[in-house]
Amino acid sequence: MQIIKTDVAIIGAGGSGLRAAIEIAENHPQLEIALISKVYPMRSHTVAAEGGAAGVVQDSDSLDQHFDDTVSGGDWLCEQDVVQYFVENAAKQLTQLEHWGCPWSRKEDGSINVRAFGGMKKERTWFAADKSGFHILHTLFQTSIKHPKITRFDEHFCLDLIVEDNKIQGVVILDISEGEAKLIQAKSVIMATGGAARVYTYNTNGGIVTGDGMSLAYRHGVALRDMEFIQYHPTGLPGSGILMTEGCRGEGGVLINKDGYRYLQDYGLGPETPIGQPKNKHMELGPRDKISQCFWQEQQKGNVISGDRGDVVYLDLRHLGEAKINERLPFIRELAKAYVGVDPVHEPIPVRPTVHYTMGGIATDAKTATSLTGLYAIGECASVGLHGANRLGSNSLSELAVFGQLAGQQAAQYAQQTTHQDIAPLREQAEQVIARTEALLNSNGTEKMADIRQEMGDCMEQGVGIYRTQESMQQTIDKLAELKERYKHIQINDKSSVFNTEFLYAIELGYLLDTAEAMAHSAILRQESRGSHQRIDDFQTRDDINFLKHSLAYYQADKAPVIKYADVTITKSQPAERVYGAASEAKEK
Amino acid sequence: MSAQTMPTQQAVSDKVIEVEILRYRPEQDEKPFPQLFEVPYSPDMSILEALQYIKDHLDSTVSFRWSCRMAICGSCGLMVNNVPKLGCKAFLRDYYPQKIKLEALANFPIERDLVVDMGDFIKKLEEIKPYIIPATDDKCLSEGTYKQTPEQMEKYKQYSMCINCGLCYAACPQYGLDSKFTGPAALALLARYNRDSRDAGSAERMKIVNQEEGVWSCTFVGYCSVVCPKGVDPAAAIQLLKVESSKDYLIGMFKPD
Repeated sequence: MQIIKTDVAIIGAGGSGLRAAIEIAENHPQLEIALISKVYPMRSHTVAAEGGAAGVVQDSDSLDQHFDDTVSGGDWLCEQDVVQYFVENAAKQLTQLEHWGCPWSRKEDGSINVRAFGGMKKERTWFAADKSGFHILHTLFQTSIKHPKITRFDEHFCLDLIVEDNKIQGVVILDISEGEAKLIQAKSVIMATGGAARVYTYNTNGGIVTGDGMSLAYRHGVALRDMEFIQYHPTGLPGSGILMTEGCRGEGGVLINKDGYRYLQDYGLGPETPIGQPKNKHMELGPRDKISQCFWQEQQKGNVISGDRGDVVYLDLRHLGEAKINERLPFIRELAKAYVGVDPVHEPIPVRPTVHYTMGGIATDAKTATSLTGLYAIGECASVGLHGANRLGSNSLSELAVFGQLAGQQAAQYAQQTTHQDIAPLREQAEQVIARTEALLNSNGTEKMADIRQEMGDCMEQGVGIYRTQESMQQTIDKLAELKERYKHIQINDKSSVFNTEFLYAIELGYLLDTAEAMAHSAILRQESRGSHQRIDDFQTRDDINFLKHSLAYYQADKAPVIKYADVTITKSQPAERVYGAASEAKEK
Repeated sequence: MSAQTMPTQQAVSDKVIEVEILRYRPEQDEKPFPQLFEVPYSPDMSILEALQYIKDHLDSTVSFRWSCRMAICGSCGLMVNNVPKLGCKAFLRDYYPQKIKLEALANFPIERDLVVDMGDFIKKLEEIKPYIIPATDDKCLSEGTYKQTPEQMEKYKQYSMCINCGLCYAACPQYGLDSKFTGPAALALLARYNRDSRDAGSAERMKIVNQEEGVWSCTFVGYCSVVCPKGVDPAAAIQLLKVESSKDYLIGMFKPD
């Protein structure tokens, strides 16, 4: 087994992992950085983010407004000190990306342009047409190349964390092309592995978004926080779930049902705004949780369109005209043409809600540190407390930059204060990890992995979807327990060591099942409705007395997780009624 | 309770399409060999989805790269009937009822099945200094963003759209002959930074452009631009760099270093 010593190991090389790596390389040039990713960095799922990144720039806007939008958007489950830090640093970090070459869309005079986004009172979403994540990721990847202290381990899969003396001391990784395991001995580790939306059948996410880091931290006793809050993006393509950015609505696109009626006005988001004149926090610029819920309501009323690919409503962009669509939404046009045969210049796009984002994740403090000494977590895999019960679109790309920078700084400082420990016990642990991994590879069960994956995704959609009941969630919990049992007997036909993707899928499926279990158990115990967690049984309203709390899921091997609760940090915004449309204007007056 | 009622599967039909995959597992196969599969046909199905069907239901040992399914991550490049394509953006409807032949990307060493060794390609991207090299008096963060007008952005925007899928290297006859050639994607990326108004590193990068393995290896076949799934047009980037390189040469004749 190869042993590699480094100062800071970063698992995941998407937006947040790369940002952290660059932070360390720029400001702590004496430190060695190991940047580990199961794919080449530019394949990371940050690449698929479309709409943009929020940061206050306009004179008419303010940090307080961004704070208020984020906290109310999160239904008051946000850590308010974290939100404050975030809004104060967002524009600065987006400016940093600009200095590194990110091609943000511009106004005629060459200054940064911003677009409207759901739940945001002012236009503050920086965008690079409709490929914002792509440009951020490539800018960061390319900038990282400048730094020789960043040693990349591309296509290396993280098998486990090495914890000794109650602190993290390294990770065991598998070189995918060689089938060889390596021990990375590190003083601090940053988890930046992204989300877990692949636990659902219909999602906007890439195949690699399998909750690896969440599950690894969870298995080592770190709590997963607020896992019941899963974001359904209201506009995914039917069948594939491919994302049609919220930027479509930010630019003025509208949602209509089978009668051509803009149904959002019936659900507290109206009054109807004139076509081509989008109004912030009204109608199509409402928050994602509510707009996805409206779809479900329309579906119950029989107002959706039933097609070959399932029930849909229409996202109509035609009034924007070809020139604007080509300038602002060229990728949307390309995707709609390729995947549903619709040119949005001439026809409305069929869309439906699809799972998009995990608000929760590895619990960290306000400075990205987890409860495991030396381990930090950032980006979608983490719960730093920014998003609460519902994330506002365009806050997560800024989060990558703001907290990636912070985690880099924190992990570097910690690494400087500590020394490498004795390697012997670490090597011994690594050998056990490898033995366990080989046992899985050699498993000769009869359970088909594809079946377990499908049944997991379907039961999550059924039970822990847009609307939930005690019964539906219990069924999911029971099903997941059954699937976890069946997982112990999976069949792996491929026993080879070179680029054995069947084996990797098997490990990922284990990560997915643990993450799904944390979600379902956290959900069933939250006896209220808040943000993206909506119940249609006896708990249809928000209950601040009992549930103005974060859930914390703790892993128990072969048993259901233990769910505990922690207080929410409230600094200046007391919980109030969460309103949009006309009601939000009335509230301001 | 979710809104996700199952989409009715594509109209179930008896139609099948034959998919032949060039397999190669270095630990057990002496050389690559074709393996034939029958996949249920539906017009919406992408080549990537056909591969996923094969892996889930017919032969779990077939290896291929993929992630985003939406032609932006650049993972799933392969040869479809000898043409470089993204698996997620090529559809069965464009081939049916003919057999589809899938092979690993041409001009790259096969690592296994449809997975190629991207090492040389990644190295080339790294070598062209693909990052802003600021002027000595560069802005600090507190001074805000650089001004860059839409016209200035237009000069490099197209070349910033590359997803690093490698299709252009599979299409490039010159790279096939001599892999020392810097190649289309890396040169387009180089042009992207040289043409960015915030960058002051052109002189450094022109040394790479001017080398024999730089732009002058390109014989302007232009197939790279034909196969590019993102309209980057690396051939045009290389022609622009040739003009710059010629200028460098002429200036060098009068003003030697």
